[in-house]
Amino acid sequence: MTDPLPASPAPIEALADKGPLAPPRSQWKDVWDQFRKHKGAMFGGGFLIFITIAVLIGPLIWQVDAQKLDIRNKDMRPIWTALLDSSAKVSWTRPFGTDQLGRDQFAQILQGGRISMAVGWAAMVLSLVIGTTVGVLAGFVKKADGILMRLTDLFLSLPILPMLLVAVTLFRQPLRQAFGPEGGMFVLIVAIIAVTSWMPTARIVRGDILALKEREFILAARSIGTTPFKIVQRHLLPNVLSPIMVSATLGLATAIITESALSFLGVGFPSDFPTWGKMLADAVSRMQQYPERVMLPGLFISLTVLSVNYLGDGLRDALDPRIRGR
Amino acid sequence: MLTFAVRRLVLAVPTLLFISFVIFMLLQLAPGDPMAQVPLTVPPEVKQKMREALGVGEPALVQYWKWLVQVFWTEPKVFIDWATRSSGLLGWLPDTQLYQDELRVISWQTRSPVMDTVIQRIPQTLWVVGMAYVVGILIALPIGIYSAYRQYSVFDQSGTFITMIGFSIPPFFTGPLLIVIFSVQLGWFPSIYDTTHIVNDWASFKFQLQQMILPVMVLALQTTAQISRYMRASMLDNLNQDYVRTARAKGLSEAVVVTVHVLRNSMIPVITVIALNVPAIFGGAIITENVFKVNGLGQLLITALFASDLPMVMTITFIFAFLIVMFNLIADILYGLLDPRIRYD
Repeated sequence: MTDPLPASPAPIEALADKGPLAPPRSQWKDVWDQFRKHKGAMFGGGFLIFITIAVLIGPLIWQVDAQKLDIRNKDMRPIWTALLDSSAKVSWTRPFGTDQLGRDQFAQILQGGRISMAVGWAAMVLSLVIGTTVGVLAGFVKKADGILMRLTDLFLSLPILPMLLVAVTLFRQPLRQAFGPEGGMFVLIVAIIAVTSWMPTARIVRGDILALKEREFILAARSIGTTPFKIVQRHLLPNVLSPIMVSATLGLATAIITESALSFLGVGFPSDFPTWGKMLADAVSRMQQYPERVMLPGLFISLTVLSVNYLGDGLRDALDPRIRGR
Repeated sequence: MLTFAVRRLVLAVPTLLFISFVIFMLLQLAPGDPMAQVPLTVPPEVKQKMREALGVGEPALVQYWKWLVQVFWTEPKVFIDWATRSSGLLGWLPDTQLYQDELRVISWQTRSPVMDTVIQRIPQTLWVVGMAYVVGILIALPIGIYSAYRQYSVFDQSGTFITMIGFSIPPFFTGPLLIVIFSVQLGWFPSIYDTTHIVNDWASFKFQLQQMILPVMVLALQTTAQISRYMRASMLDNLNQDYVRTARAKGLSEAVVVTVHVLRNSMIPVITVIALNVPAIFGGAIITENVFKVNGLGQLLITALFASDLPMVMTITFIFAFLIVMFNLIADILYGLLDPRIRYD
């Protein structure tokens, strides 16, 4: 019988840690800490979440039909005009007033926000998917690089707003027949905004992929027999996530503005279908008597876009490891 | 440098041809019929003849070829004739008379040559858009320089905030907003841009200034936001360079260090951005022109679209594409000329 060996040798005294170790920090914790320092970004993110929740569950709480015509109560002023002008026609049941057909402005703002946000998010996601795919393909597959980048250059030299206008007027009729008046317009506007806005993402992603794919960890992955698809999925995509997220915020902002601009020019959603841009455009002709009908949707568009831009600014700082920690 | 410029110029030709082809094919899908407004009492065979007279009956490729010939061969001839006949610059040359009544690009709305209408509209667009761009740049550069020099100061923070607002508020909101404030409440400026107004004395010049202020302000806000951001970033890049420390160490005054050494180096990327943004400003002017009822190129495009006047839409869109390609080229060449470190061989 021999004495059993100790399970592990005693630690060498000099190598032992003196104090308790700081808990390990993950990358995303660092990012969050840096992000929190950017006040504008925190405010922007908060406002974006607030407006998204408001337009999502708002119509469930404020159950007034945005399309309902109530001609007796037309042209009501918002409730705060009563502070300045006691003779103004106001009512607590119509806090933002009504328009010239008596439709409730508050419900319209909520409903319009839903559409504007939905278009913005959908177009942004679609454009990111196109941009990332083109960028990854161009960066990773050498044969595809030349032709894909020429394609990107070509799209970049198309005049975007005129092309958008042309495309919307051309494809409106067939898509309306296929998906109904609102659905067809939604599909069309989302698709058109995405198709005309993926180029910056593709360029950024391609540049990053070109640099990344020469690094040692890709060589290591390749040498243990990782398939090209897995390399892209596991090693390349997570590394280009930060520029993609930054261009996502920019994409959301431009998509919301573009949708509103199309509605403003009268080629957007059908006339009885409120979006922020449409409400603004409809109110411009009566701007002298009812300035609030221009101000409210305009303010909501601007605040949303402003908060998205600030969010992007903060994300850019937080995700850049060179700036982080300074 | 010259070979680079020539090569890019040659490469721009197929690009433009391809873009025009894409736009043309897109327009071919248009459901709009130019004969839609013709009364139903007109018999179908007459309508068919009218379509053929407009050149719609032929195959798409033939139509495209004819459009190309009209724009790139016939229109230059008309232009040269005009230049040698009635323009002040080349009027002393003998009248060339190149144009021999070939078919020009004809608008379906007005039945007059598209180019004549475009030439009529360009001065309005150039006045408003060009002035706005110049004003925007003149405001943006000092803001960018000073906020980079005093980084994180109150001026810089508020400058950042204002440029963020400039990025975020779309022109179709700032336009009505300014109209409400300045023409409805205060009554200082007219809300509609009167393009028939003729400047011939001091009072009419003052009126011209007044009506230009609002659209110029709307467009300049966006330009200012963008350019001042670029200026600030570019100045910041340069302010930390070694040569700036050297310049300070040899005892140059701050003014000389900033305006001569740093500013000149920082202007290189900013100038290319300025060149790259010129076509975008033309595109953005579509909305501003619509708000202030300026009858420029953008407004022409919108009315042509709603009337499904395809030759007009095609030509104006192509003009925009042409501007984009040309200013990209100009930006590249400028970059090479200004920055001796860049070599295009």
